[in-house]
Amino acid sequence: MTTRTMPRPAVAPERSAADALVLNPGAATRGRAAGFPRRREGPAKLTGAAKYTDDLVFPGAWYGATIRSTEARARLLAVELDPDVDWSGVVVVTAADIPGENLVASIKEDQPVLVPIGGEIRHHSEPVALLAGPNQATVRRLKSRIKLVTEALPPVFDPEASDHVFAAYEIGSTDVEAAFDGADVVLEGEYRVGHQEQLYIENNAMIAVPGEDGEMAVHGSLQCPYYVHRAMKKTLGLTATQARVVQAETGGGFGGKEEYPSIIALHAALLAGKCGRPVRMIYDRHEDIAATTKRHPAIVRHRTAARADGTLLAMDIDVVMDGGAYCTLTPVVLSRGALHAGGPYRCPSVRIRARATRTNTPPNGAFRGFGAPQTEFAMETHLNRLAERLGLSPAEIRRRNAYVLGDVTPTGQVLRESVAATEVLELAVEASEFERLRAATARAAAERSGSGTVPTSAFRSGAARTATGVGLALAWHGAGFTGSGEVHIGSVAAVELTAEGLVRVLVAATEMGQGTSTIFPIMVSGELGIPADAVEMAAVDTAIVPDSGPTVASRTAMVVGGLCIEAARRLRAEVEIRNAGRPFREVYLADAAAHGATRIEQQFEPYPGISFDDATYRGDAYPAFGWAACVARVEVDLDTAEVAVRDVVAVDDVGKVIHPILCEGQVEGGTLQAVGYATIEEIKLEDGRYLNDRLATYLIPTALDAPAMTTILVESPFSGAPHGAKGVGELPMDVGAPAVIAAIHDAVGVWITELPATPERILAALHGPGKAVA
Amino acid sequence: MSRVRFLVNGAPAELDVPGMRRLLDVLREDLGLTGTKEGCGEGECGACSVLLDGQVVDSCLVPMSQVDGRIVRTVEGLALAARERGMLDTLQDAFLTFGAAQCGICTPGMLMAARAYLDAGGGPGSDTIREAIAGNLCRCTGYQKIVEAIAAVAAGDLA
Repeated sequence: MTTRTMPRPAVAPERSAADALVLNPGAATRGRAAGFPRRREGPAKLTGAAKYTDDLVFPGAWYGATIRSTEARARLLAVELDPDVDWSGVVVVTAADIPGENLVASIKEDQPVLVPIGGEIRHHSEPVALLAGPNQATVRRLKSRIKLVTEALPPVFDPEASDHVFAAYEIGSTDVEAAFDGADVVLEGEYRVGHQEQLYIENNAMIAVPGEDGEMAVHGSLQCPYYVHRAMKKTLGLTATQARVVQAETGGGFGGKEEYPSIIALHAALLAGKCGRPVRMIYDRHEDIAATTKRHPAIVRHRTAARADGTLLAMDIDVVMDGGAYCTLTPVVLSRGALHAGGPYRCPSVRIRARATRTNTPPNGAFRGFGAPQTEFAMETHLNRLAERLGLSPAEIRRRNAYVLGDVTPTGQVLRESVAATEVLELAVEASEFERLRAATARAAAERSGSGTVPTSAFRSGAARTATGVGLALAWHGAGFTGSGEVHIGSVAAVELTAEGLVRVLVAATEMGQGTSTIFPIMVSGELGIPADAVEMAAVDTAIVPDSGPTVASRTAMVVGGLCIEAARRLRAEVEIRNAGRPFREVYLADAAAHGATRIEQQFEPYPGISFDDATYRGDAYPAFGWAACVARVEVDLDTAEVAVRDVVAVDDVGKVIHPILCEGQVEGGTLQAVGYATIEEIKLEDGRYLNDRLATYLIPTALDAPAMTTILVESPFSGAPHGAKGVGELPMDVGAPAVIAAIHDAVGVWITELPATPERILAALHGPGKAVA
Repeated sequence: MSRVRFLVNGAPAELDVPGMRRLLDVLREDLGLTGTKEGCGEGECGACSVLLDGQVVDSCLVPMSQVDGRIVRTVEGLALAARERGMLDTLQDAFLTFGAAQCGICTPGMLMAARAYLDAGGGPGSDTIREAIAGNLCRCTGYQKIVEAIAAVAAGDLA
C-alpha cells in the first residue's frame, strides 16, 4: 500500500487537545504542526536556554589545544618544548602519555591518537601533541613554542596512483562484455566529485571531566555515544563504567560527528587525566574545517549499453574513492557507494568495481548519503546523457528502466516490496510540470541560438541575459546499515514504566536537529495509547541508556524506532495482563504505584527473509530502499555563468512519515546540501592542505542561494519494521545534485561532469572544443 | 581596561573590560548569556547575531569600546515579557510551529535577524525575508521553514 502526503496549507485546523507541549496555546491553535507535537527541545533552543558543549560550565576547567602537523607526509623525529619558556603552569601530552593502545577505535585501526616519535605523519593537520592551560591566552601563547622536528617524506595525492587499497569490491556479473555486442548505443562517461565539508554550524566540541575511581566522563557534541565509549575504553584503558559519554545539545552532525568525536574525546581525556581537572576542547571553525573529515572525493566511470528505445542492456561501472590518510569508515562508505552505483534501474548485466585508496590528505569519513551521492550523481548524469543521445525525455528513459516489484538488483536481491521508484518519478514530473517546462526552455534556447549578434559567442544571443533550465533525477537509498551490519551490532533499546508512573524511552540515538527526541515519544505513545508528552526521553548518557547503535545511516526512525515500538508493545501487554486486560492508559499509573518499575529491553532481530553474504556481496544489501525524485529549475547567467537554483520539487518515499513537519525539514535541508554540492561547495588543496579552511572561503548556500522547495512525502511501507519506516535523512542528498546538473545542461547545453558546477567549469565547457551551445 | 556601560535585555551592565574584547565573549563569559553562539569568529555565519540599538550585528566583530552607552538585545531578551508568563513570543512560537529550528545552533542569531527585520516593518514577501537573513547560515533547514515562519509573523497570521 502506498499513500502520500502533500504539503499542508499554511493555516491548519485546530490542534488536538492532547498536545500539551504547547507553550503558547493562543498562537499555536493556528500552527502548521496541527495534530503533531512540536519539537520537544524546541523551546529551550528558541530561548537560548539549550546547553551546547561550549555553553557548559565546569569550574576550574582548563583549555585544551592540539598541536598539528604542517606537512602532508613526514617522519616525526622529536617534539621540542622551547627551553626559554616556563612550562610549569601547563600540561603537555604526547603519544608517550597514552595508557592504552595509541589507536582510534574504528574499522581497521590504523589511525594513531597522536603521532608517536619515530612515527609517520600522514596528513596535514594531523594531531601530534596536546597542550592544556588555565586560560586561552596562555594556551595560545605556548602553543607556538612547541616545535615539531620532522623529516619530509614523499606524499601521494592521486587516489588512482596510490598502491595502498583500503577496500575493494566487485559486484554483479563477472562478464558484461557480451551484452555490449549488438547494442544500439554504447555510451561512456567519467564523472568526478570533490571533498564536501559537513559544515554543521556548531563546531566540534568536547569537555573531559575526571571523576572518582578512575572515571573519565566526556560531555560533547556527537552522534554516536558508544563509538566514543569504545574508543575511551581502548585507548585510555578504562572499564565500561569508568568511561562515560554524555551528549550535550548537538548543533548539527550530518556524519561529521560520527567518527571524529572519538579522537577529540581522547585528546580531552588525556589532558584531563594529566592535569587532574576538566579540560575543554572546543574547536574553532578553522581547526574544524582543516582537520576533520570530509565527504570522499570520487572518480566514477560508466560504460553503458542500451537499445534505441532506452532500455538498459549492460552497465560497467568503475568507482575510485579517495580515503585520505586513514581508513576511518572508508570501507563502508565505498560499499554503500558501490551498491548504489547502478541507480534504481533494472539492467540484466551489471558489473560494479570499486576501490578506495590511501592518500596524504586528512581522512575522509561519514557525510549524509555515505558514498551514494557520489555514485548516484554519476549514474543520473550518465543516464541523462544517454537520454539526450537517444532523443528521449529524461522522464521517459527512467519510466522505461526504473525498478518495479520483482526486479533484481546487481547483488541478486529480489525487490519483493516497497518499491516506489515509478511513483516518486511520476509525482515529481506531474507536480513540477516537468515536460511543459522542458518544452518552454527548449523554445527559449532555440530563440537565443537564432538571435546571436556574434555567431561564435556562447553568450551574445539576443537580449536574454539568463537561460532557464529544468532537470530531473531519480535515486534510491538503502534503508539502515548495509548488509549484515545490524545483525553484527545487535542494538538494544528500552522502554520503561518508572515507579513514579513515567514512561521513559532509553536509547543512544542522539538528537542533533533531525527530531529524534520528538519522534520517539510519538511512536511509543501511539503504541501505549497515551499522549506523546507523557513519554519522557532519558538523557543520552552511556551510564543510563543501552547501546542502541550509532545515529547514522538513516536508521534512527526505522531501526531504533522499530525496537522502541516492539518494546512498547511488550510493555503494554505485560501491564494489561497484570491488570485484567484493562487498557494500558487507564491502569499504568496505578500499576507503577503497585508494582514499581517495569523495564522492557528489546534487542534487534534480523528482518525475516533478509540475508546478505559479506564475502561474495550477494543477497539483500539492504532490508528495503527509500526512493526519491527531484526536479530542479535553474537560471544560468549568460554573462558570468553563475547558477541560481530557483525551485525544487522533491518527492521522497520514506515508508512511514512519523512527523510531517520534521520529515519535510529533513528533505528540505538535505536538498539544500545537495544544491550546495552541485553548485558552490568545493575544497581546494595545495600540497595536501585545504586552502579554503575558513567559512570566509568555504561557502555554503545562504537563504538567497536556496531554492523555493516543494516537498511531497510518499509512504510505501517496509513490512519488516513494525511501523513501516525506511528513514529519510540521507535520501534527499542523493538526488539533488544530478537534478541541478541536468537543469544546467537544459539551460546552456553543456554537461558538467565534475562537481561543483562553478562558473569557471561552465565557461570552460561552453568554450571547449566540440561543445554544443544552446 | 576601560569602563563600559550599556543596557542588555533591558538591564544595566557596567564592566571594566579591554576595549577590544569581543561583545560575544562578554555576553557569553562575563554575563553568562550563552544563548548567543559562536560559529566562525569572523562574521560569516551570523550565529552570534545580536541587536545593537535595534540593528542586527555579528557580536564576534563588535569590540566592547563600541558598546558603551548602547542597547544590546540577545535571544534571552526576545521573550522577556512573554517568558514571565511561561511562554514564547510570537516569533519564537512561529519558529517552533513551522519547524524553523532543527539543531538550533543558528536559531538565536536567526531570530535576532528576523526580529530586526520585523521591527523595521518588513513584510511577508519571501525575497525581502531571504535578504534579511542572508547573513545567517543554517545547515539544517534549507531555510524554507524559516522563511515561512517569518512570513507568517509579518503577515500577522500568528499575532
